[in-house]
Amino acid sequence: MRALCWEGVNELAVEEVPDPQLQNKQDMIIKVKLSATCGSDLHLVDGYIPAMRAGDVIGHEFLGEVVETGPEVRKHRVGDRVVVCSVIACGRCWFCEQGLFSCCDNGNTNPGIPEMMWGQSPAGIFGYSHAMGGFKGSHAEYVRVPYADRGAFTVPDGVDDATALFASDAAPTGYMGADLGEVKAGDVVAVWGAGGVGQMAAQSAMLKGAARVIVIDRFDYRLDMAAHHLGVETLNYEETDIDGELRERSDGRGPDVCIEAVGMEAHTPNPVAYRWEQLKQQTRVLELDRPHALRQAIMVCRKGGMVYVLGVFAGWIDKFPMGALMNKGLTMRSAQQHGERYIPMLLERMSRGEFKTAHLMTHPMPLSEGARGYDLFKHKKDGCVRAVFYPDGDGRVTRG
Amino acid sequence: MGTAVGAAVAGVVVNRILTARRRNLWPMSTVTQDGRRPRWHVVTVNRPPEEVAPGGRLPEPLAKLGDQVEVQVNRAVGDRGTALAARLRHEPTGVVGTAARVAGTDPRQQVRLALRESKMLLETGEILQPDKPGTVKHTITGKPLDLAISRARGEGRL
Repeated sequence: MRALCWEGVNELAVEEVPDPQLQNKQDMIIKVKLSATCGSDLHLVDGYIPAMRAGDVIGHEFLGEVVETGPEVRKHRVGDRVVVCSVIACGRCWFCEQGLFSCCDNGNTNPGIPEMMWGQSPAGIFGYSHAMGGFKGSHAEYVRVPYADRGAFTVPDGVDDATALFASDAAPTGYMGADLGEVKAGDVVAVWGAGGVGQMAAQSAMLKGAARVIVIDRFDYRLDMAAHHLGVETLNYEETDIDGELRERSDGRGPDVCIEAVGMEAHTPNPVAYRWEQLKQQTRVLELDRPHALRQAIMVCRKGGMVYVLGVFAGWIDKFPMGALMNKGLTMRSAQQHGERYIPMLLERMSRGEFKTAHLMTHPMPLSEGARGYDLFKHKKDGCVRAVFYPDGDGRVTRG
Repeated sequence: MGTAVGAAVAGVVVNRILTARRRNLWPMSTVTQDGRRPRWHVVTVNRPPEEVAPGGRLPEPLAKLGDQVEVQVNRAVGDRGTALAARLRHEPTGVVGTAARVAGTDPRQQVRLALRESKMLLETGEILQPDKPGTVKHTITGKPLDLAISRARGEGRL
């Protein structure tokens, strides 16, 4: 089959790779219909996520049709249209039972690697390095889905492909930020990053009753999209003082909940600070992650507030404002998404038209143009928010 | 002045290396504080003890290790299932241990693998397999990672 492979830093290519096979009785094989780029993929492309091998198939946000099931798959049949959670979790260990699916004890087939990096092993993730299990990604014609009854969800008939696709990763990740960030009615919520995950976090905060939701980014086209489709307030951090604006908009307190949806390659309008952090990051020793947005979130958050980190970080950061965190009594939480906990509810809301996602798919294109799609996405060309791939010759993308 | 500073730095470095040696250079200590017994490797299985070792029978991956290991099955702290623990009766140490680790013949790797597989079998009914074939390209720069992946199921801090 054809698949989009990581070949090295900033090198992607569509190649012929072996078809996936059922390896376990609880597996199934999906014929991929849509597979989205994600901001976290850029950390792989840019070479900041360790444990990538040339030839690894990337992609983790996808929707497709069941073409083969293992003998112990009970919930799905051949022909079902399913959306699959990007996180591979067993659903039966203690962590899964607590709803902490991305902390699953059994979903990662290479536990020794993350244990050495982070102390414990999180769950597996499709197409996201050998530290996360080395599972092949979804930018391919077919993909194997382990623990299929736990991680794959039948898409309701009334939900179109472009909407359901983002129930795989962006929507549940964003929802988790608002949910575990404990957004309450009347809160002021600030969200750093107007990409797919940031927009979904902002929408989720509104659904939870936040009085004001303010999205921060540096690209006007992404901010305009968030304002137009979700009705949130926006700030361009290259054009205004974020700290001052957020204080004003929260009556001098600072936001109650700050959601960071940027991650390890954050930018800052200060060119000296940006270059200095980038230099340290290039060494892979002094610092692995650039945390400009995280630092700002901690500094502006109100006393006793919550900072929720959705952006992906891989290693260690420099100049972490621990003094602000401690003396202001902040709570900081984070996780890879616990998608299995939210996807059924999100599909339900999508079927009722209560949760918007389809607008994120700005650039549908055939898989053969995968490298071009990442170029558009990475360099923010042509108003790209998400490039989404479909297998060549299959242009039947349904949109509501 | 420069020489003195250099000597002081060198002294600190040597002292740190010697201290690290005493503490065990490998970041994960495999011996208990008294330094005489191998440490227990433990997993918490989200099942009651009577399911983990019914009639005293150990899960197959662990049973296969036979007399190489001592095994304990206890109710987990906080009533969170079962603590399944194993430790080797004899563990390779020093250069021999390090060489075995690199070569993939360290018996501790077998213990970790057996515990993880036992837990998976008990909790999910099967042992999750990686995608096969894996990545088909093998490059020179990818060799260290290939080695890490080949050891990843038996390595770690468990």
